[in-house]
Amino acid sequence: MSSAPMSISHPRLPRWAPGLVGVMALALAGLPALLSGWGLVKWIVAAIVVFLVAMPLWSRLIEGRRAAVDRFVTALIWTAFAIAVSPLVWLLYVVIRSGAPAINGQFLSVSMLNVIGDEQGGIFHALIGTLLITVAAAVISIPIGILTAVYLVEYGKRSRMARVITFLVDVMTGIPSIVAGLFALALLVLLFGTAFRAGIGGSIALSLLMIPTVVRSSEEMMRLVPDDLREASYALGVPKWRTITRVVLPTALAGIVTGVVLAISRVIGETAPLLVVAGATDGVNANLFDGRMTTLPVFIFSQYASSTPVGYQRAWGGALVLIALVMVLNLIARIIGRIFSPAKGH
Amino acid sequence: MAKSIDVSDLNIYYGDFLAVEGVNMTVKSKSVTAFIGPSGCGKSTMLRSLNRMHEVIPGARVEGKVVVDGQSLYDASVDPVAVRRQIGMVFQRPNPFPTMSIYDNVLAGNRLNAKKLKRSDADDVVERSLKQANLWNEVKDRLSKPGMGLSGGQQQRLCIARAIAVEPEVLLMDEPCSALDPISTSAIEDLIHELKSDYTIVIVTHNMQQAARVSDDTAFFNLRAAGKPGHLVEFNPTRKMFSTPDEASTEAYISGRFG
Repeated sequence: MSSAPMSISHPRLPRWAPGLVGVMALALAGLPALLSGWGLVKWIVAAIVVFLVAMPLWSRLIEGRRAAVDRFVTALIWTAFAIAVSPLVWLLYVVIRSGAPAINGQFLSVSMLNVIGDEQGGIFHALIGTLLITVAAAVISIPIGILTAVYLVEYGKRSRMARVITFLVDVMTGIPSIVAGLFALALLVLLFGTAFRAGIGGSIALSLLMIPTVVRSSEEMMRLVPDDLREASYALGVPKWRTITRVVLPTALAGIVTGVVLAISRVIGETAPLLVVAGATDGVNANLFDGRMTTLPVFIFSQYASSTPVGYQRAWGGALVLIALVMVLNLIARIIGRIFSPAKGH
Repeated sequence: MAKSIDVSDLNIYYGDFLAVEGVNMTVKSKSVTAFIGPSGCGKSTMLRSLNRMHEVIPGARVEGKVVVDGQSLYDASVDPVAVRRQIGMVFQRPNPFPTMSIYDNVLAGNRLNAKKLKRSDADDVVERSLKQANLWNEVKDRLSKPGMGLSGGQQQRLCIARAIAVEPEVLLMDEPCSALDPISTSAIEDLIHELKSDYTIVIVTHNMQQAARVSDDTAFFNLRAAGKPGHLVEFNPTRKMFSTPDEASTEAYISGRFG
């Protein structure tokens, strides 16, 4: 009995085929672009459409149907990726281009106190304000958030109490930030009188926004710790609280740190609640518990609202510093995560 | 130091579901007792009730008595944490702590309980435990490496070392060899023989030959029917069990005619 050879090979396009088609698509779309004076965006969109048609077509002729579909979907996914990334790249580009000229040693080290008109001002007061208020918010929300997660995962399980807490945390996630600011303001006014303004009020407002994120991410991370490890610990006669502090939390630490930093990144750019409760000032105020305090977002807002060229410049510079701050935070979180993540070495 | 265990009229529930029914047996001190039986007949549940580990699962509870060294384990005044310090356990799947090195894994029972050990004492405990678990030669040069980096069989021996490092009175083993190769299995069986002189050992196994090789007494568990609770069919010295069992179903199971 004779059998036909197995057909496991078929002709393949060379590796440089997508590149070639890409260049040709750009050229082809460039023709009408030049003639009718399209902008860059229109030109690239047209080129992508040409590529999406040409590449699968060529592949269909040489490689067969399945490979053509593969090429088409691959191209679609790359397009989607480019669409998703381009706003980020663009944003970074614009912020750096507009903000970089504003940044110099003095910009980072002086406040806006007694700065009149076009004189060189600075963001030192806003930097101090942002750091203090955010750190205080983290100090309030990290313990509350992690302990809530510990209760939900280790003690509450499926109890009624745990379900109610989970529901309330979900509701808290949806609180508009301005409402959190008004709540903090109302709290301070109730406690200390109507004229009272302090940075700690901003921290309270931000912690309201942070706590749900911290709870949710810590909860997810702790649920990922296998029950095997808890049982191993119990079987050694380790009490539950030590099992949680010495086994569960360290195992989940990398993920918890990432969640906490994401929560901080989310609130560090908040403007509205801080404007309401911490107010704005031109001078440095390092006392969280008394007096108005400016943060970077509020500084950016007020400089932009001044509608002067110098104001715009300062606003962009502040924005660049804020983005850099968030990026540094993320880097730190990654490093901490790397250090504490369960080792897999041999 | 080893203790005997008396079990009388023990019923074990998961919520409303009766998993194991009416068990009576006496586990002799300084001996090895094997639990055999088909899957799902409650061997592991029974084993976990001996150091109150089954309570970790929500809704699990027992009726009846488990008496170790004259003390009833399920008295209201008994602290389950204290019970587990005396009655150690090795699990079916190796579960070293991923954040700890090999060295710290062996010492986990001490470290997690915040017991202070002198460096030299700690070194001694680690070396002795790893030697007993037949792992010392393979890991002595990389004690500071993470325990998760070991192979499955090595991880299981690490877990055994961790369990015996706290010197429990009783050692419960839940199919400890199901993830091991024959050489490691044989090493564990040798270890069980050695430990027998100091500890009381209860082992769940699916391997008849292993039960015959290592145990002094054997308990055969079975289900009357699917969905019914497991129960103890026969409890006898291993030699008698494997030659002239009292029950026909025991012989059928041991000779491989069912289960």
